[in-house]
Amino acid sequence: MRRDRLTFAMMVGVPVMQLLLFGFAINADPRGLPVAVMSADQSEFSRSFVAALENSEYFRIANYPETEVEADRLLRVGAVQFVINIPEDFSRELMRGARPSLLVEVDATDPAAASNALATLQVLGNRALNHDLDGPLQDLRATPPPFELVVHRRYNEEGITQYNIVPGLMGVVLTMTMVIMTSLAVTRETERGTMESLLATPVTPLEVMIGKIVPYILVGYVQVALILIAAKFIFGVPMEGSLLLLSLVLIVFVAANLAVGFTFSTLAGNQLQAMQMAFFFFLPSLLLSGFMFPFRGMPLWAQWLGEVFPLTHFLRVVRGILLKGNGVADIAAETGYMALFLIVASTLAMLRYRRTLD
Amino acid sequence: MNGELVIDVEGMSKSFGPHKVVNNFGIQVPKGCIYGFLGPNGSGKTTTIRLLCGLLTPDAGSGTCLGYDVIHETDLIKRQVGYMTQRFSLYDDLSIEENLTFVGRMYGMADRAAKVTDTLERLGLVARRKQLAGTLSGGWKQRLALASCIMHAPKLLLLDEPTAGVDPQARRDFWDQIHILADQGLTILVSTHYMDEAERCHQIAYIAYGELLVHGPVGEIVAGSGIATWSVEGKDQISLASELRHLTGVDRVTAFGRSLHVSGIDAAALETAIAPYQIRPGLTWTRGETSLEDVFIHLMSQATDNIQ
Repeated sequence: MRRDRLTFAMMVGVPVMQLLLFGFAINADPRGLPVAVMSADQSEFSRSFVAALENSEYFRIANYPETEVEADRLLRVGAVQFVINIPEDFSRELMRGARPSLLVEVDATDPAAASNALATLQVLGNRALNHDLDGPLQDLRATPPPFELVVHRRYNEEGITQYNIVPGLMGVVLTMTMVIMTSLAVTRETERGTMESLLATPVTPLEVMIGKIVPYILVGYVQVALILIAAKFIFGVPMEGSLLLLSLVLIVFVAANLAVGFTFSTLAGNQLQAMQMAFFFFLPSLLLSGFMFPFRGMPLWAQWLGEVFPLTHFLRVVRGILLKGNGVADIAAETGYMALFLIVASTLAMLRYRRTLD
Repeated sequence: MNGELVIDVEGMSKSFGPHKVVNNFGIQVPKGCIYGFLGPNGSGKTTTIRLLCGLLTPDAGSGTCLGYDVIHETDLIKRQVGYMTQRFSLYDDLSIEENLTFVGRMYGMADRAAKVTDTLERLGLVARRKQLAGTLSGGWKQRLALASCIMHAPKLLLLDEPTAGVDPQARRDFWDQIHILADQGLTILVSTHYMDEAERCHQIAYIAYGELLVHGPVGEIVAGSGIATWSVEGKDQISLASELRHLTGVDRVTAFGRSLHVSGIDAAALETAIAPYQIRPGLTWTRGETSLEDVFIHLMSQATDNIQ
């Protein structure tokens, strides 16, 4: 073990990493969720309500969209978790004691992410305006609250966890198998001695990489097909968007993972090390991507770290397409990140791939 | 054999960490020549071969291989060189035919199927074409390895201990094959530990500790060494051997079956030394022939002295 430093590092490194990630980054009670407020009513009451939202720490006002369409887009691309609609005659109705309704739209693709915030919203509704309701309006302070909170869960009305988990699993399964498969691919050649023959032939590094990656893209598609069939017929996951679009994005995602695996295989000295590296990549992918824990629940540094992993972006895309019916424009940015990752990882792999035995 | 040089390098050096594995190495190999590479284990034979085919980058040195620069034009060299590795390095889980097809693809060969069939026939592998490489015996593996490195019609073959661990019959067949290839104009550089194989080479080079000690045709090397050998038969060889070893003028005493080979670098001194023993009853002395092995063992001990 003393001679195999990497194994030793993994044995110490993995627990330390888990400790740090679980300890600091993971938080099942996300705060500071981005909210878009569409206020058609510029009154004392609506301002107090918005201020109360921010003071609760569960919400962060991220945007004041002008139109319904814009608000809808923000929710669809995942820029905000909530859209709060304050109707035009909110304050007038309120003062009349007619209990006007306040529409809250929630992105409920991940039911866990929003549940605490929603609970807070209810409490807030009861108390937020108490300060403003003084003098002749004091009567309105009593329960039930002076206005009605209408919560509209979008994309996953019933809050079914499977709808969120099953499409996400697609990304997790692909990350796991693709990275491990390719990380073993080149290492195996080195270990068996076939690398020497391969290097003596005129093939270029890029050709070797493409040769190692392409078969696994096909394997990836088979896995995806299996998961989609199970999602549809066993779990009844809705499929709002285009499956064709999903399969196109898949190429980028799968290739990005394969490039990582290939890079590992050029770094690792043997198959055991390659496996360990793959695991070292997989674990934070799983924990920081928003698959297991709400992404927005993590501290900012962990979110930035999470943004590095292609799985994070793929989860948004796959949930977007299947649950929200996202189109090309909605997922372009996330796909762009994955493509960037692919380019960086392949460049690294090409630089690391040795054409000689030095 | 004409004057054209296929390999012409000089001053090649390569170190791995603090170890200088190849030191200021240079050889000239003419076209169509079978050039034997000899030397003890760890003498840098494999490293030298890898330097020549571009698998390793030399720290110093220059020269040409097949007319291409060994430092900058390795890609062009690779296309025309067949390299057979010391360790079997084809895919165990592919059949003979699949392995050859794969190699054909790697070289981007046109009419691959025809070439594969042709190579299979040339090396008598047709009957076993569907057998998995992993299940082949040593001799067949080696034959397959040779097939895979001659399929793209290279001009130079680099064979790194091709016959290690192969039975004598297979070795002989292999060498017949090599001579046929050389006849067809291929240049072959082959490393080996077997003296009988060395004697089948047109020229040999002896390397020790990364340095080229001697090179040339086998006969010249033996003659040039100046070593004289006597062979003695008689009883009680072990005590006789230890007696002889202590004599000045005797450099080496080696047991060969029932006889001892006594050799020395200075023929006159050797004769003076053994003169008293030649008249001892029960011993039969004959003038022996110095073998290549004697020469190499002598060279080895000298090289060790130099290192120390």
